[in-house]
Amino acid sequence: MGKYILKRLGLLIFTFFVIVTISFFLIRLLPQEMPTDLNLAAVIKARWEALGYNEPLLIQYGIYLRNIFTKFDFGTSWKISLTTPALEVMSDRILPTVIVNLYALLISIPVGIALGIYAAIKKNTWQDHFISTVVIIFVSVPSYVYAFFVQYFLYFKLRWVPTNVMYSLADAGGSYFTLKMFSSLILPVMALSFGEIAGLTRFTRAELTETLTSDYMLLARTKGLTRGQATVRHALKNAMVPIFPMLISSFIGILSGSLIIEQIFSIPGIGALYLFSINQLDYDIFMLMTVFYTLIGLLAGIVVDISYGFIDPRIKMGKK
Amino acid sequence: MKSTNLNNKIVNDERFTLAHDNVELHDHKLETKARGYFADAFFRFRRNKASVTATVIIGFILLFALVVPILTPNSVQTLMDPYYSKKGPRDTMLYDVGLNGSQTKTLSDRMLYYEFAKGIAAEFTEEEPVVSIQKSKESKYQPVVRYNLNSNTNYGSSTARYSAAVDQYLAVGFKYISIEQSKFQVMRDWEEEHNLKLLYPLIAVNDYSFGVDTADAANYWYKTNSRNDPVKIVEGNPVAIPYSQDMVFEDNYLRDGENNFVYRIHTGGGSYETAQFKVRVLYYNYYRYIYGREPNYLFGTDSQGYSMIYRLATGVRLSLIIAVLVSSINFIIGALYGAIEGYYGGATDLVMERISDILVGIPFVVVVTLFQLHMAQKVGSFVGLLLAYVATGWIGTASSVRAQFYRYKNQEYVLAARTLGASNQRIMWKHIFPNTLGTLITSSVLVIPGVIFSESMLSYLGIIKLGGSSTTSLGTLLSDASSIWTSYPSLLIFPALVISLLMICFNLFGNGLRDAFNPQLRGSED
Repeated sequence: MGKYILKRLGLLIFTFFVIVTISFFLIRLLPQEMPTDLNLAAVIKARWEALGYNEPLLIQYGIYLRNIFTKFDFGTSWKISLTTPALEVMSDRILPTVIVNLYALLISIPVGIALGIYAAIKKNTWQDHFISTVVIIFVSVPSYVYAFFVQYFLYFKLRWVPTNVMYSLADAGGSYFTLKMFSSLILPVMALSFGEIAGLTRFTRAELTETLTSDYMLLARTKGLTRGQATVRHALKNAMVPIFPMLISSFIGILSGSLIIEQIFSIPGIGALYLFSINQLDYDIFMLMTVFYTLIGLLAGIVVDISYGFIDPRIKMGKK
Repeated sequence: MKSTNLNNKIVNDERFTLAHDNVELHDHKLETKARGYFADAFFRFRRNKASVTATVIIGFILLFALVVPILTPNSVQTLMDPYYSKKGPRDTMLYDVGLNGSQTKTLSDRMLYYEFAKGIAAEFTEEEPVVSIQKSKESKYQPVVRYNLNSNTNYGSSTARYSAAVDQYLAVGFKYISIEQSKFQVMRDWEEEHNLKLLYPLIAVNDYSFGVDTADAANYWYKTNSRNDPVKIVEGNPVAIPYSQDMVFEDNYLRDGENNFVYRIHTGGGSYETAQFKVRVLYYNYYRYIYGREPNYLFGTDSQGYSMIYRLATGVRLSLIIAVLVSSINFIIGALYGAIEGYYGGATDLVMERISDILVGIPFVVVVTLFQLHMAQKVGSFVGLLLAYVATGWIGTASSVRAQFYRYKNQEYVLAARTLGASNQRIMWKHIFPNTLGTLITSSVLVIPGVIFSESMLSYLGIIKLGGSSTTSLGTLLSDASSIWTSYPSLLIFPALVISLLMICFNLFGNGLRDAFNPQLRGSED
């Protein structure tokens, strides 16, 4: 097991390194635009000269890596927030993204799994057919359609919520955890949850129906367990084996957030920063965002694979 | 008993004859028709009702995307009317069943009677310049489709009392336009020929024309006070007329010295040909005058004034073209790559796997952004997008093909083929590859909704810009509507509906294919 994890980590670092290298060159090769303000342009030019932005690309790359390893410095924002370290610009924006996605996940997981279990237990009854049909629709419809839908009906038509976009920090009393802020997050959380719930329901139903028809269920019933006991103790436990890693990867995924939901609801998060960085061509931020998204994606993959080994004793990692 | 009798009988040898003498024995020919893999898959697919329905709907959408642009006359395809943009669905034939281009609004007295006034003005005749409100309600040009008093008096301010459905096309009302001298007679002739009124008298600029500075100047044909309430002149002083069904507006038309209505004013230009005149037209009829048709837009108009049904059809077409192109290119690359990986294995596999690991590790949105920033200038957004999809999209296909090759390459029949001297090529493509086709086709179909979704999302976010007057994708329509959709929901509803429908149907279609191609499920549904 330890050897397998080490091997996977080694591969991850290699892949990550190669991607960072490729992205670095592709991003630095893009034409740089100077601000129209001549004073500002002169300042930036001088800073770039000092930071080695005018050196050959390979040397720039060396400087970039050296700064990361020695100072954990991922460059500087030149457009969005002048001369603020890129890492700082990004870390300010992680919290909104995480909050919205975490709320969505905390609602989706219990609801989705519960619905999935219910559908599986009631397999081939009208309840199951109803849930499955709704799930097919909800899985397929894009999240932004829900976003428009909830905005239109819950805000513009019914006024059940006080706002259709997220409150700014100042409006909500200086904290992301006030009740007022929460009320403005209801809509994005709903828009995110619909698809998530449907996906989880479908997955849970599929896994549970499979375990419910397994031979060990028959054995459990023969031993004298009631249907409920057998389902909870055997079927559910085994069905969780593939569900659990999926949940873990969802939890890692909340860091990267949803670009379109953040755009529609004006959430000042990671996704919005990415769009800013490419619209204003703030390349150091763009580079950092690329590194961040890559790392999240790779980590989610490896954590899922490794967690299988921990959860399911039948799986012996790295053994042929 | 008979049996005992039989036992006692002695049968001579010569009485035996061979039943099948001189007959060669063969297996019976199969009486039922043999069914191949694909025929079998099709047979099972047909029994999946949801998938068949989805396929039919996809067929309809395809038909819509192909037929509508053909049936739309060229004149309508390029027709972009600035005043008739962002309007709802309207069709003169289906006017009474709800396609009346109307939008429900809460109106104050002032705004409701302002709409009625447009109908009164449209019914203008020199003999009877101002008709009653009752008569205007029968007018074809009266924009208020229906209205009723709001029962909820608490709603907003007390002035917004009515909720009214107002035909947004007719609500444009009157417009001032500038024409050449020669056009005036042409317009007069057109009026006579079609028995429609196009030119209406100009409005006087005086103490009672407060609406004159607004964009709707041509609609304030009646005397108003500074708050745009209609007034009548009593002993030289303006007095507001109380709003009621019986109220009579006092007109403010421009008259010349002999008390005749003035229809045009010279605004510039010297000679007969170049002289410019300002006239006041009923825009609805002016539209008919220039385009030769009534404004019939089955799905309304888009943010620029193009016909929405046409834009939607071309949008669906472009999105589907992108999706199918991506899907088929990925199919080819993925099949080749996965086959080589899976068949040769070993070091080849290891290296190729690392390459695809790296490619799949780059976030897709970053890939698209980089392709757009680097290549869109040179090859255009469309090709840039296509390349971005192809750059990493084939990896999923490749890995599933690879897995299938690993599964089949050591089976006995492959060994037999190799023993018989079949080349690697032949074994790969003739013996192993057909086994992977089922999963390959399924995953290729499921790529289509994914591409449609991500294209629409990327367009909405502005990362890709496929827009243009001639090319539209579903995502472009969405992003056009993004900032104004709360006031004009139809701009968003139609593209969002089509995208959702496409996604649902393609997913159902793909799931049906997956089940049909999976031989393990054979008979399980019976």
